[in-house]
Amino acid sequence: MAKIVDLVLHHSDSITPDSVEDYVKAGGFEGLRKAFTMKPAAIIAEVKAAKLLGRGGAAYPAGSKWAHLLEIAEFPKYIVCNADEGEPGTFKDKLLLSQVPLQVIEGMIIAGYVFNSHDGYIYIRGEYAAIQRTFQQALDHAIEQGYLGANILGTDFCFTIHIMTGAGAYVCGENSALLNSIEGKAGRPRTKPPHLAEVGLFKKPTLVNNVETFANIPVITKIGGEKYLSYGTEESGGTKLVCLSGHVAKRGVYEIPFGITLRNIIYDPEIGGGMAAEKKLKFFHLGGQSGPCGIPKQLDTPYCYKALRNAKLSVGSGAIVVMDESVCVIDYLKSVTEFFIHECCGKCTPCRQGNQQLYIILNKFTNGTGAQDDFIKMQELIDVLTKTSFCGAGQSATVALNSCLAYFKDEFEAHIHGICPAGHCF
Amino acid sequence: MCNKLNSLQIIAIIEAHGKAKERILSILLEIQKASGENYVHEEWAKLVADHLGLPYSKVYDVLTFYAMFSITPRGKYVIEVCKSTPCYISKSARIVKILEEELGIDIGNTTEDKMFTLLYTPCVGACDIGPVIKIGEEVYGNLTSAKITELINTYRGGVPWQR
Repeated sequence: MAKIVDLVLHHSDSITPDSVEDYVKAGGFEGLRKAFTMKPAAIIAEVKAAKLLGRGGAAYPAGSKWAHLLEIAEFPKYIVCNADEGEPGTFKDKLLLSQVPLQVIEGMIIAGYVFNSHDGYIYIRGEYAAIQRTFQQALDHAIEQGYLGANILGTDFCFTIHIMTGAGAYVCGENSALLNSIEGKAGRPRTKPPHLAEVGLFKKPTLVNNVETFANIPVITKIGGEKYLSYGTEESGGTKLVCLSGHVAKRGVYEIPFGITLRNIIYDPEIGGGMAAEKKLKFFHLGGQSGPCGIPKQLDTPYCYKALRNAKLSVGSGAIVVMDESVCVIDYLKSVTEFFIHECCGKCTPCRQGNQQLYIILNKFTNGTGAQDDFIKMQELIDVLTKTSFCGAGQSATVALNSCLAYFKDEFEAHIHGICPAGHCF
Repeated sequence: MCNKLNSLQIIAIIEAHGKAKERILSILLEIQKASGENYVHEEWAKLVADHLGLPYSKVYDVLTFYAMFSITPRGKYVIEVCKSTPCYISKSARIVKILEEELGIDIGNTTEDKMFTLLYTPCVGACDIGPVIKIGEEVYGNLTSAKITELINTYRGGVPWQR
């Protein structure tokens, strides 16, 4: 099996990002042309056959999401692209937005065609201001060349894409919070149900997908769902952009077929290239801050949704942060918890207070005042956050901590006795 | 109307965005940039509220919810040090120390000449070149002590350093 593929990133290093001519020359918009010859239900059938799972992190089957929205009779419907990439360790959407914006645009146009929608919105985080400008140029050029705007490619179909900016809020990556933010409000998540397919943007039926998900759509319509699926495993169709960072030799974004192992990803010379320094791998953190950590004995787990889930790991956003033995697990978890404290929107008490209390306890371990009963307190807080937080951010804030308590209990114990195995804390 | 921006400039920004409520983030970000002090004054925010037909409380909610906004003046250049885990384990704490020494301030503060404000930021999506800092819209990575000094000197001279 090839360890690196060139399916979604096919155009990425050979074209001028906002050039329609370059994009078309490289095979761009063929997916759209083909989609225009198909019925909406047939396109959705291809997406279903591709087993494309949402690439933002939640891994919701895109085909089911699309099928649900297609059944809804109310109009207008809105197409929204979630480009609020803020998950630490994740920078693959940035690559797509800055290098192949037209592929993301093509995916959104196909979605617009499927749902007979006339307006699409792409919500790009405020920190990516330069990318917003590149993306606008790509939109302008697509309009000039007849791929966007009125009567696309001579058909009756009209579709416009609006760029909306974020202004620094991790929680806006949560789809309902993102819609609130597009509406000009503070980006606090909404109560669900109703589902966003029923009551979404401006209270209208709405499709929200991640940048990478949209970038996959033209590929699927072009080569067909079955062919796309074949790049990955039986359960996880196609490829995934993974983001390698931390103490790995070759940090960066790589497109890998689902099914190669974590060991391949971290150690293969074509991908991660092994550890950066002459130090051993201690643990890795998958899928973002809200994902679980894993340890070296899990390295032979295939990187796909099912196998990772069975190993209590996850794909999440595609982030893979690699830590060598110089890192203290508890110090690391403090950094994770600090992130959630900073990014908590404040709406619900478990997330707002729970993360702060967890930080206090973790700090006890690193300053040498941790005690046995802190394990019980942490477990209680983990339960409360997981079960009672309002949105995914709080519900998953303790996933990393929980995994590390399972693998590194001895390191916590050592801290109680004034020993930091990494030599960081004391 | 307080210093820097007058009401006509604010209104021009609001109108350039079609006076649309949905554009409030773009409008406020542009006002903040135009202020030269990286903040949005209460009077400007009230003007935005009036022109968009929103109660001021809603605009205040937005200004204080999103991390990129400030309601108090900051330096001409806001230097943000990423402290999310990929940068943290790439020794971002050392970068903070170097910057604090170079600028003569503790993180969270603004230099006396109002040139620089030093802050932490969560992930800016440049983990492949960590540790990173963001100055205005620019992200700089693979930082060393020498590179930071050079960078700060260039900003002091008023010309952002080109990579």
